[in-house]
Amino acid sequence: MAIFLTADSTVIVQGMTGSEGMKHTQRMLRSGTSIVGGVNPRKAGTTVEFEGGTTVPVYGTVAEAVDATGADVTVIFVPAQFTKAAVVEAVDAGIPLAVVITEGVAVKDTAELYNYAKDRGTTRIVGPNCPGLISPGASNAGIIPADICGPGRIGLVSKSGTLTYQMMYELRDFGFSSAVGIGGDPVIGTTHIDCLEAFQNDPDTDAIVMIGEIGGDAEERAAAYVKEHVTKPVVGYVAGFTAPEGKTMGHAGAIVSGSSGTAEAKKEALEAAGVKVGKTPSETAELMRGIMQSLHA
Amino acid sequence: MDLFEYQARDVFEKHGVPVLAGAVATTAEEARAAAERVGATSGGVTVVKAQVKTGGRGKAGGVKVAKSPEEAEQHARAILGMDIKGHTVHRVMIAQGAQIDEEYYFSILLDRANRAYLAMCSKEGGMDIEQLAVERPEALARVPVDPNVGIDDAKAREIVERAGFDGETARRIEPVLRTLWGVYREEDATLVEVNPLVKTADGDIVALDGKVSLDANAFFRHPEHESLEDTTETDPLEMAAKEKDLNYVKLDGSVGIIGNGAGLVMSTLDVVAYAGEEFGGQKPANFLDIGGGASAEVMADGLHIILSDPQVKSVFVNVFGGITACDAVANGIVGALDALGDEEDRPLVVRLDGNNVDEGRRILAERNHPRVIIEETMDGAARRAAELASTN
Repeated sequence: MAIFLTADSTVIVQGMTGSEGMKHTQRMLRSGTSIVGGVNPRKAGTTVEFEGGTTVPVYGTVAEAVDATGADVTVIFVPAQFTKAAVVEAVDAGIPLAVVITEGVAVKDTAELYNYAKDRGTTRIVGPNCPGLISPGASNAGIIPADICGPGRIGLVSKSGTLTYQMMYELRDFGFSSAVGIGGDPVIGTTHIDCLEAFQNDPDTDAIVMIGEIGGDAEERAAAYVKEHVTKPVVGYVAGFTAPEGKTMGHAGAIVSGSSGTAEAKKEALEAAGVKVGKTPSETAELMRGIMQSLHA
Repeated sequence: MDLFEYQARDVFEKHGVPVLAGAVATTAEEARAAAERVGATSGGVTVVKAQVKTGGRGKAGGVKVAKSPEEAEQHARAILGMDIKGHTVHRVMIAQGAQIDEEYYFSILLDRANRAYLAMCSKEGGMDIEQLAVERPEALARVPVDPNVGIDDAKAREIVERAGFDGETARRIEPVLRTLWGVYREEDATLVEVNPLVKTADGDIVALDGKVSLDANAFFRHPEHESLEDTTETDPLEMAAKEKDLNYVKLDGSVGIIGNGAGLVMSTLDVVAYAGEEFGGQKPANFLDIGGGASAEVMADGLHIILSDPQVKSVFVNVFGGITACDAVANGIVGALDALGDEEDRPLVVRLDGNNVDEGRRILAERNHPRVIIEETMDGAARRAAELASTN
């Protein structure tokens, strides 16, 4: 088992025929993901051949793709200005999971698409501006490299893509049940709390690594959630202690405004909730290593 | 991107928000000419306001009432060039004078936690709203706004009622809130704040001072927004980086940083600062995320920007090869060093991990560049870079 994405997941790709879509569809196929269709209204009815002998049909709409294939996951690579329309189409088709990889989506579009999905209640959104999620050995929806590590019993949730890869690499001897890159935009679909809840309920996850960064108060709220609801061990890491006030650090949401959104406040909130917080990614991995060793001693 | 007050005023006017006449001036003479025009309908009385993106300018002496164009010129001469909390005043706004009866507060902002918008409104405007929110939270109405519905008539009524406005004033404020919502939605703002929103002696509702933040990710819908950006205070290295499409933030330390992915780069800055404590307080000199690609060209552009900073004593290249293979990154580094030539002698500590790391390290080792030091771990490399910065 894993969270949100399993070996049974069937995946379509919106924007599959673009260059990023093609590259990552190939990579997802290679890592064992069951990709059953692409969506592009201008190329409906055609097929795309991928190396390894897989032929993937292209559909005109998400609804047609879902009707024809029964897909339950869509991975979205369309350009930022078309992302809202793509997600709305996926929600209208009732697809349970939409993974939005696209970077640079206007926050108004994300706020509108998130609330549209929330009101309908049928679709979980991961992202935007995220690497997606992977359940190693089972399925991979997004751009996380599948060869960093294999399956295991640690769960990972992170605002950052490369820190996700770094942490998976550091703990590759243990492996992960699932790793979810939720993205660093000011508004995101799936949050730290959603993943903590899912990992807590996942019988195949023993412990959780949670990676945050400056901006907003998602980590503080996640800390409160951990204190209240999570009995599994949680280890945390927060990036951005040296970030200056008022500067956006790469991710649109990574900004300290006045005295709010600081790494220090997040670390304190996590520690107050009993979460061990590492000073560096390696130290964080070591904390988790200690926990896994004692759990399986 | 935050706008100046005069830019916010212009945007408000475009969307039908009631504002007073106003014009921007960069010299005292321009200020006098502006005061002649702007003050024509207010008996020659104008207000000269420093244009800086920070609060507290009134207390700093950056806002003055002028009874005549001559006085406006004098005030402008005093205010231009003033330093307000580290911001130099390059422009003043000359605003029409008005008789103010009451001051209110109104804002719409992005509520990250609820993934929606929040409208805030108070009968007590003009003061520091963060202070009001702490001291007397009951005086500040906070009303959630659904992004797909916005501030319609019903929502505007709810906001003014929750803020405690009486019938006549409420009736006058409601349509103004609708126009401010128009600004928020149609301009892709992340903040629209009016403080104060005033009632004049004639009973009119006017947005006297405005603060607007625009979403840079929405510029594709608003090509005109780009010209609103003020670059007079932007660091020259940040300007040069922007021209090369590099995500660079200038800091004030001695260790130049290049990495891939915003989270990893932020983390790299922190790890360098920790390691630097041991070496006389060495700190990161910058944030630079070269993204997934890390081609030779991007690496060369990035290195060039970082090495243009005379404060930089060593450079730390920290790359985790996820999608990008480390051999491509190594080739990028080698290519960049060759492009930079021999005039540079500052050391480059490189840590590569992930996809195809052995080949990447082999390429760097084979090139055996005298300035390149390969470290296997991020923490070890940070330590080495900090140490080199302290001795270089």
